[in-house]
Amino acid sequence: MKNLVELVNVSLSYGKTLAVSDLNMTVAAGSFAAVVGPSGCGKSSLMKLVTGLMPATSGSVLIDEKEIDGPVNIVGMAFQNPNLLPWRTTLENVLLPLEVVRPERHQFRAKRKEFVERAMDLLRIVGLDSFADHYPWQLSGGMQQRVSLCRSLIHQPRLLMLDEPFGALDAFTREELWDVLQTIWLERKFTAILVTHDLREALYLADKVHVMSNRPGRVVRSVDTTEFARPRDEHTFIDPKFNENVMELRAEIRAQRLPVDIKTTTAETTP
Amino acid sequence: MTRFERLGSVFLPVLLIFIWQAACVGFKIPSFVLPAPSEIAIALWDNLYIIWFHSSQTLLTTVIGFAVAVVFGALLGILVGSSRFAYSSLYPMLVGFNSVPKVAIVPILVVWFGIGTVPAILTAFMLSFFPIAVNVATGLATIEPELRDVLRSLGANQLDIVRKIGIPRSLPYLFASLKISITLAFVGSVISETLASNRGIGTLMTQASANFRVSLVFAGLVVIAAMGIAMYVIFAIIEKRMTAWAVRGTTFGVGG
Repeated sequence: MKNLVELVNVSLSYGKTLAVSDLNMTVAAGSFAAVVGPSGCGKSSLMKLVTGLMPATSGSVLIDEKEIDGPVNIVGMAFQNPNLLPWRTTLENVLLPLEVVRPERHQFRAKRKEFVERAMDLLRIVGLDSFADHYPWQLSGGMQQRVSLCRSLIHQPRLLMLDEPFGALDAFTREELWDVLQTIWLERKFTAILVTHDLREALYLADKVHVMSNRPGRVVRSVDTTEFARPRDEHTFIDPKFNENVMELRAEIRAQRLPVDIKTTTAETTP
Repeated sequence: MTRFERLGSVFLPVLLIFIWQAACVGFKIPSFVLPAPSEIAIALWDNLYIIWFHSSQTLLTTVIGFAVAVVFGALLGILVGSSRFAYSSLYPMLVGFNSVPKVAIVPILVVWFGIGTVPAILTAFMLSFFPIAVNVATGLATIEPELRDVLRSLGANQLDIVRKIGIPRSLPYLFASLKISITLAFVGSVISETLASNRGIGTLMTQASANFRVSLVFAGLVVIAAMGIAMYVIFAIIEKRMTAWAVRGTTFGVGG
């Protein structure tokens, strides 16, 4: 399969701090990749690099096997904070990208009916079609996040970038949204990159999980999870192989954390 | 607002006027020091035409100055709030300008434009545009960076971001500032009239105090206060209509 995203020896520094260095990663077109790592490992920098919002300090970022030099228009993004516009209804929020992205922005008036239909289709998948005319303040956190997901997909992006989209939700809502996301992905088969702290989330949703090292971040390990049949459900969680993978990844990330000398810490705290 | 809270806005002024009246009568305060509310009311009634003659001028200059301030302040706010270069180059100058006492500028305006309407409009404008500009700029400058990223990744330019997010987002800030600015605009035009004009509440009060007609001075104050409250209420109503989404954050949602 062709690679949609390819990072070759990429480094990114903010002033003197090196956020990522020698990062190598490939994401096959139509696949679902997850990136996990200890906090502050430069996962958000990865988001900015792949979307072209920030140029790499060195190395190259390739999309469709072509090096990029600015924002790429094929991306949809969703973050931990749903960031809905409070003056717009659910439907209007979902339609926002179509008012901006080319070529749809020039067709927005003419094709409005078609676009609204498209938005309603997405809202139906996430179960919010009856909330199209509600305002964000009338929706719960989980519902807002679903709207944010619809917004990131309305312009039919080839690449969906998710930066801890379920991080602020409660456990039940989170698992519910994993299935929502899986359903959409199985239906539309876009390429997805999910940045997360949650190992089960990463393994459950992705075809491949990349583990990043401590700052400066680079990929230290990639775990293939295509063996778990799709659609995945609660049975996946009790698959011994699944749990084994969780344990392995957890050990890997623990090893990536800054070593803490237990003896010296105890010595300091003991009077 | 409950009925009880609504009553409070009427009850407290009535109580204060009553105490004022009682104090003036009880302590036999001479009316050229502090006129009783009843005397002010009589002065107001007796001079109704002359007060209207002057207050209509004040209202006119204030509203014109304020209208110019809204347009100029909003545009300046958009500029300062959406461009870092504009922010760093304009902001210090604006703060400096705003620190200058406007009362010191009126004589200069008189030299340039003569006495009367023009200096009053300009003073009202100068006093009221700053809060508008600062508030609009704040609304624009505090756009969530992630939302900015969402739009930028779609190929949006700075103008798209300002139009789609910045301006609607800064509307509550704009309306909050309008309520402050309209009262400042009154201060501006009255200052100017007090110093250099033949017409306006400021002129009326200067002349009345020169003639020891203290109750008429107070009548002028009452009229200014009434006009200020009326304009404030108008903008509060417009604000409620235009930016209902911003004040509904506390309402409970349907989801759980």
